[in-house]
Amino acid sequence: MPVLLELEGVAKRFGGLSVISDLDLHVDEGEVLSVIGPNGAGKTTLFNLITGVYRPDAGAIRLDGRSLVGLEPHAVTRLGVARTFQTVRLFLNMTVKENVMAAAYGHTRARPWQSVLRTPAARREEREVVELAERQLAFFGSRLTGYRHHQPAYSLSYANRRRLEIARAMATRPRILLLDEPAAGMNPAETHEMTELIGRLRDQGGYTILVIEHDMNVVAGVSDRVIALDHGTKISEGPFQRVASDPRVIEAYLGLRAERT
Amino acid sequence: MGAEPGPGVRIGVDDWAAEAAQRTRAREGPFGQLRATLDRVGPGWWLALMVVVVAALPVLGASQFLIRVAINALLFALLALGLNVIVGEAGLLDLGYIAFYGFGAYCYALLSSNQFHLHWPSELTILLVTVATGCLGLLLGLPSRRLLGDYLAIVTLFFGQIFVQLATNLDRFQPPWASKPLNVTGGPNGIFGVDPIRIGPVHLISQEDYLYLLLGLLTVAVVALHRLVGSRTGRAWRALREDATAAELAGIPVRRLKLFAFAVGGAIAGLSGTAFAAVQLGVFPSNFDLTLLIMIYAAVVLGGAGSLPGVLLGAAVISVLPEVLRDPDHGRLLFYGVLLVLLLARVRPWWRPIALLAGTVALGFLIRLVAEALWPTAVTAAGAGSDALGRALGAWVAVPTKPVAIGNAAFVLLVAALLLLTRLRPAVRTFALVPVVWLAAFVWESRLAGEPSVTRQLLVGAILVVMMNARPHGLLGRPRVEVL
Repeated sequence: MPVLLELEGVAKRFGGLSVISDLDLHVDEGEVLSVIGPNGAGKTTLFNLITGVYRPDAGAIRLDGRSLVGLEPHAVTRLGVARTFQTVRLFLNMTVKENVMAAAYGHTRARPWQSVLRTPAARREEREVVELAERQLAFFGSRLTGYRHHQPAYSLSYANRRRLEIARAMATRPRILLLDEPAAGMNPAETHEMTELIGRLRDQGGYTILVIEHDMNVVAGVSDRVIALDHGTKISEGPFQRVASDPRVIEAYLGLRAERT
Repeated sequence: MGAEPGPGVRIGVDDWAAEAAQRTRAREGPFGQLRATLDRVGPGWWLALMVVVVAALPVLGASQFLIRVAINALLFALLALGLNVIVGEAGLLDLGYIAFYGFGAYCYALLSSNQFHLHWPSELTILLVTVATGCLGLLLGLPSRRLLGDYLAIVTLFFGQIFVQLATNLDRFQPPWASKPLNVTGGPNGIFGVDPIRIGPVHLISQEDYLYLLLGLLTVAVVALHRLVGSRTGRAWRALREDATAAELAGIPVRRLKLFAFAVGGAIAGLSGTAFAAVQLGVFPSNFDLTLLIMIYAAVVLGGAGSLPGVLLGAAVISVLPEVLRDPDHGRLLFYGVLLVLLLARVRPWWRPIALLAGTVALGFLIRLVAEALWPTAVTAAGAGSDALGRALGAWVAVPTKPVAIGNAAFVLLVAALLLLTRLRPAVRTFALVPVVWLAAFVWESRLAGEPSVTRQLLVGAILVVMMNARPHGLLGRPRVEVL
């Protein structure tokens, strides 16, 4: 499998605090890579570095061989990196469908004057955007279809908001999806559904997925590979079973090792 | 929301479905039917109706005053549309908006007057000024790249003030190369003798010409904005208004779109500025003060920020209402009309408001009888009104011969009574309303009707308060949720 996303020696510090240090990481095309680690390990910072919200102090970030360092977030998204947020961030006062349609901005071309004049090209593109949005929403079965298309995003339940956020990310036509704790705050049934969904995103959607998750059932269920972060460094990497039983990982989570001096 | 879920709605499953069902049920009855029918009429038809009504004004023999009011309303609507792009769609709090309007007006005046002895062809000037104001929008929008909300508001407010200062003081501008100061803006006296607009061989001279010109401009602007707002650009604006970070990470170039919003809003304001300068045949710094800015904001907020028909309606209300109320008889009609409608709408069941009104009428005559018996000289025979309604009401309410002192006291009493009214139990409140309504009528007839200029502003303010309370998200706006 060719490498899609590659981080080499990436470092980020905020003042004196080193959040990520010398991190190497790669995501292969078509795989689901899970990032685990205790709170404050630098997982979300990792996402912010990849998507261009932060600029790394050192190191290289490449998507399919192309450097992402120094690009503005919208440019990174346009190259094929889409993400969701740990705290769901939707366009609350827009309709469900509009939320998804808005994310098609990056790969649509109609200039404002074309929209005003309703040129054939602009109208065709608008139709395509509507179809795209309906297709992405249909990916979630009956959850986000029908009358829900036209209801405001704020009226959705929490789980549906998470789903809509993923649909919005899909509408940017990404090659890699970055999911930040997709199952956080969900009940067991919804968590199970999210696990299935991530599998479907890879198999049917054809997306490569980098996911941060705390729920080990989800991690075990979806991951092709797992890496564990602690204090901004990679402490373990490999299949779920191996990482989960790695003493360094257990120590990072639970601090179990007895101090011997 | 307190209301019981309707049949077929599962509790907790879908709030929105329940609300939608409730709305459907609200559509029953004659008023509900009417409302549903009105809702079905497309936005294009409403626009057409507006155009026809305004265009018919001169044909129906409207007075010059009425046409002037209509011209002001159209100008105001155009301005509000531009502000709506910046504030309503992109959510950028721009308090320097008035500078775009002034810039457009001054540019047109400079290029079409004897100030520099320039008389450029109007079509070229208007186009140029519109584009230039759009560019100024880009420039003044630059702080929005980093600043949000209140901070942006302060910086843009400063821009607006700079403009007024420049306009007031650039009458003795000393360029380094010139020997004597240059009079650019005419200072506090402004620039007068501005050319009317002439397009090719056609000179726009009469008020009617400008009415049609502005109506055309407004229609084009409404259609263009409607299409733009529905396009990817409009969606991107709303997305960045809702959550700029999420928008940026959804592939939307947020900074560029903010600047574009400023440019579009600025261009529209510049365009209306040129028309304003030509209508007024002059420009003065005082035309572009903060009061106007606040009025434009009021129009956008009243109508519903982010709603095109709402903003047009808001602009119409804000600009026409004070003119309508210039005539005290109109004011009286409105005052009692609003009072009546409020009572009928708010006091239920149906027999209560009727009983209440009957009680009030009886109370009025009783008070009159008592007053005439005790102090025959203290009561005037007829009211202050000039029309039949005014005289009748004046006679009923017993206007005192010394209206000022008694009226003032009654006014204070009325305010106190209204405050007290909100503290009463509903059952008691209906009875308490009888003297309060009479007191309101008494205050109106004895004090307010006599001073239309003050009353006008009181009424406008009161109506705005009532409207905003009835529809907090604007007349035609959609309710917005901040955080849930």
